[in-house]
Amino acid sequence: MIQANEVLDAKGLACPMPIVKTKKAMNSLEPGQVIHIQATDKGSTADLKAWAESANHQYLGTVEEGDVLHHYLRKASGEEKAETTHEPTVSNEELQSALLKEDSMVLDVREEAEFAFSHIPGAKSIPLGALDEKIDGLDKDKNVYVICRTGSRSDLAAKKLTAAGFAKVYNVVPGMSGWNGETTSI
Amino acid sequence: MSVTPMTAKQLAQKVIRKEPVFLLDVRNHDSFADWKVEGDNVQSINIPYFDLLDGVEDVMKELPDDREVVVVCAKEGSSIMVADLLAEEGKDVFYLQGGMKAWSEHLEPVKIGDTTQGGEIYQFVRIGKGCLSYMVLSNGEASLIDATRMTDVYIEFAQSKGVQIKHVLDTHLHADHISGGRKIAQQTGASYWLPPKDAEDVPYSYEALEEGKEITTGSTTIRIQPIYSPGHTIGSTSFIVDDAYLLSGDILFIDSIGRPDLAGLAEDWVGDLRETLYSRYKNLSEDLMVLPAHFMIMEEVNEDGSVGRTLGHLLKENHGLNIESEAEFRKKVTGNLPPQPNAYQEIRELNLGKITKNEEEQREMEIGPNRCAIR
Repeated sequence: MIQANEVLDAKGLACPMPIVKTKKAMNSLEPGQVIHIQATDKGSTADLKAWAESANHQYLGTVEEGDVLHHYLRKASGEEKAETTHEPTVSNEELQSALLKEDSMVLDVREEAEFAFSHIPGAKSIPLGALDEKIDGLDKDKNVYVICRTGSRSDLAAKKLTAAGFAKVYNVVPGMSGWNGETTSI
Repeated sequence: MSVTPMTAKQLAQKVIRKEPVFLLDVRNHDSFADWKVEGDNVQSINIPYFDLLDGVEDVMKELPDDREVVVVCAKEGSSIMVADLLAEEGKDVFYLQGGMKAWSEHLEPVKIGDTTQGGEIYQFVRIGKGCLSYMVLSNGEASLIDATRMTDVYIEFAQSKGVQIKHVLDTHLHADHISGGRKIAQQTGASYWLPPKDAEDVPYSYEALEEGKEITTGSTTIRIQPIYSPGHTIGSTSFIVDDAYLLSGDILFIDSIGRPDLAGLAEDWVGDLRETLYSRYKNLSEDLMVLPAHFMIMEEVNEDGSVGRTLGHLLKENHGLNIESEAEFRKKVTGNLPPQPNAYQEIRELNLGKITKNEEEQREMEIGPNRCAIR
């Protein structure tokens, strides 16, 4: 099961309750956290998608398991205009050509649920919050292209990597929100 | 202030009588854009219910005071919630009971006319989806044509009229709605008729509808004469009832003609469609009342809620019958097709008896407008 900060059981509830409950649960989440909603109402997929869009939350995707729909949403995070201070940055297009090289790796620091539904093939997933404990496992000799949705979380991650002694760290701007290259899902 | 349920039947009658009504549709924008309640004096706005959870003050300004306001959603739950919020703000409102689901399933029986030997013909108008089915009654017996899956409506109607359903017919293999024909035949012991060319390899038994065959309803009074009319599906048939009514299936509508592509064979069938419309139908009596299996727009509905016009009228007015060049016709009919109906492949397979679905699944499959015609 895909990791989430909060699981909401809305099984057996008819419209409008899945959304009413989701909206309420969203209030107790921190910006950028992920909620997993379990619902059986077939209309919930289209409605959650449309509601997320109007409330600026991120609809990540839905996994169907038998009669249960597992929806994943990420709370609005205010990271739309990324302020990046780490240098160097590369554009999405530059990353496209760098992908072909052997000595480069893509480090995706978005939440696991975001990664699960769409990511660049071969990218490694370490959510920003887990980077400190997993940083030792990374190869310092490689060119590390750090990516998130808008360039904001990857900026923080790039700084952490630099501070930990990585020399070839690039922040990809804007990142997955503007990515039109190949993607895959789990 | 009060919240009152409005049934699909009540709303249907308002739409037919062209009474002014204001709808607040609280489904999401995509659902609303795809399919909604329409009518000459129906005014509607769309604000999704999830944008109203924090309050309805802003919407209050947009609601009129001079006509009834009905809140509409998919199944009714959200519309009740929004209606309650509006009532708290001091507004008298209605909500559509059962939502668009009930709207999609409502059938309104309308009498079309009498037959020569004292029988009657009724049209069942499925106003939310534009499907039309028919019952011919005579001398204690009835034939049912192009029945929808709301089988109880027909069975109860037959009981109320004191007739027994003897024959159940489908003009063709439907792709836009689920046929109730087989189920009704099973429940009433009636014969189920299908065009054999539309029923290849079906796992159930049926009577073959073939050109020249006559089906009698009542004491030999009403003959239903199938006319082979390929073009929409290869096996499409039309019926002439009592030498007065032409049940044209999905071949000819009031303001449009059938599309030939729902089995992926537009190129093959366009010639048949032309042949049917421009040769076969043109040789029939212009006095025949054309009764199609669908309507697409409210303009096609008559004052009394029925859908039907004389063949003579359609030969003059229906654009699809007035395209002189065959090449132009071909281009019109295959080049500019509307989107295909929701789940049409699955609906075909279900009607063929190749798959089975429970009631809830069938309901989902039928959501949305029918798109069987080319205008």
